[in-house]
Amino acid sequence: MILFWVVAVLSVASALTVVLHRNPVYCALALVMALFQVALMFVALDAHLIALLQVIVYAGAIVVLFLFVIMLLSLEPDVPHPGRYTTRMASIALTVVLGVEIGAAVLVAQPGALAPPPVDFGSTRMIGQKLFSEYLLPFELTSVLLLVAIVGAVVLARRRA
Amino acid sequence: MDLIISFGTALVALLICLQVTVLLLWIERKGSALIQDRVGANRANLFGGLLPFNLGIVNTLMADPLKLLTKEDIVPASADRFLHWLAPWLAVFPLFLTFAVVPFGDVLVIGGREINLQAVDLSGGILFVLAMVSLGVYGVIVGGWASNSRYAFLGGVRGSAQMISYEIAMGLALVSVVLTYGTLDLQQIARAQGDLMWGVVPAWGIFYQPIAFVLLFIAGIAESKRVPFDLPEAESELVAGFQTEYSGSKMSMFMMSDFIEVAIVAVLTTTLFFGGWQVPFLYRDGFHFPGGIAVAVPSLVVTLLQITSFMVKVFVFCWVQILIRWSLPRLRYDQLMALGWKKLLPVGLANVAATAVLGLLLEGWTGT
Amino acid sequence: MQAPLHYYLVLAAILFAIGAFGVLLRRNVIVILMSIELMLNAVNVTFVALARKALSMDGQVIVFFVMTVAAAEVAIGLAIVLANFSQRRTVNADEIGTLRW
Repeated sequence: MILFWVVAVLSVASALTVVLHRNPVYCALALVMALFQVALMFVALDAHLIALLQVIVYAGAIVVLFLFVIMLLSLEPDVPHPGRYTTRMASIALTVVLGVEIGAAVLVAQPGALAPPPVDFGSTRMIGQKLFSEYLLPFELTSVLLLVAIVGAVVLARRRA
Repeated sequence: MDLIISFGTALVALLICLQVTVLLLWIERKGSALIQDRVGANRANLFGGLLPFNLGIVNTLMADPLKLLTKEDIVPASADRFLHWLAPWLAVFPLFLTFAVVPFGDVLVIGGREINLQAVDLSGGILFVLAMVSLGVYGVIVGGWASNSRYAFLGGVRGSAQMISYEIAMGLALVSVVLTYGTLDLQQIARAQGDLMWGVVPAWGIFYQPIAFVLLFIAGIAESKRVPFDLPEAESELVAGFQTEYSGSKMSMFMMSDFIEVAIVAVLTTTLFFGGWQVPFLYRDGFHFPGGIAVAVPSLVVTLLQITSFMVKVFVFCWVQILIRWSLPRLRYDQLMALGWKKLLPVGLANVAATAVLGLLLEGWTGT
Repeated sequence: MQAPLHYYLVLAAILFAIGAFGVLLRRNVIVILMSIELMLNAVNVTFVALARKALSMDGQVIVFFVMTVAAAEVAIGLAIVLANFSQRRTVNADEIGTLRW
């Protein structure tokens, strides 16, 4: 329970840093912190393989990609919200409405406490079983999607000299 | 009681990590001196001549760290102070965590209680190691960026690009090992290597996956940015690469991360390919030689033998890495990247495919 | 003691809202992409929490796919940003208004 509160506070704090900080490098590092907290949440929810994959894929590769682009473009810290006052207020208002709506929907439903899981829940074996039997087609399609993404990224980022 | 046991194993794992790192520093200096036909550091001595001979231990274990820690910590004026301070921690912390899943022995039987000699028995152990190695990139990239200097930035970008490229080759080598043993748990893999092939030869991973061993070793050395892959921090190229603007204790942390990675590569290699803590023919109750000879050994001695064999194997592979460092010339950056993407990656993929096909044919996997 | 389910769902909702806030507020395209990642992660937390409640692995498998698709999307998104930058020298979303000059 203490773990949950620590993770909750840290993840909200780092998420706010991501959206509010001026320097994009700090935003990226705050994103790493937020993703790490999400991985801890996955561990608490007995999704061990997904937690490890979260660290390897998200924190270990995607944010490194973000950092590369930020550094290669030499982005300077900029004013985070230069828009008009009404735009800023409208975005804050919409966000609050969104959060309250989802939160209220959840709390009204009152799902309650969690039952203890079977021993193998969230293990690699069980995810592998699902992936290669029920979800085989999406799995193969995902690999094709990744191939398309690789080719597309290489083509897009190549400079036309 | 369980809490004390877990605390104890975690402490032992941490101590092993630190001791290996510190000893590696000494082995590196004296070993490189041996290879280069010179004496190496032997000047510093305690109390003006306490030891009759000088092995240089005082130098590396006490004088060097003391010098580094008492140096002035210089931060470049235009550097980002917070990131400059943060980068060494980012470099070191994930590597310390890796030692949490390392099995340094089988079980320790004390008072009828079996203690698994591993700090944390994760069912996804290998993935955890891969995750921590992926996190190690941040130290390099943030360190290079935060210094706000040309050499550092270039070294940082090159170093991190090299690290993420070789993570793939390392991952593929690990996948073939996982396919062979059917588990991600490091302790299970170490235990599975206790069987005997044809009743005589211990079933170590090197016999099942020789290509994966070579792949993992090369990728591991490239990952830790050691020669022949050390262009990002080469003295003749980039001053000190991403470590240029670091001095004093922060630089000592970067150096420590270098040696911890050497230790991690050695530990991974021994655990996955050379039986980890396994001594050939040694089981929990004693020796069982193939001729039918059995020698009973008390369980504490068995555990001691296993831990010793683990440490010996780790040091052998650390020595091999040091030997490679002082024998081979440096790879140019494009050669380095070509090796990672065009040679190791296809070999790794072919190895995974071959392992899967052979496994299916020889052992008739049904996929449960 | 394990936290009850709706704690996780509310936390995911808050993270999603913060991500949406980032997308609406920030002008730097890269930070907008980061906020999108935050939203995707909040959705992942929701999936995993509900999978844990229903004791079904389907939620976790879907998270697996979401992660993969998010990785592909970030790669392409950043490549687009790079290509755009080489032309216009800006990553401000306000200034990237038209597809061609």
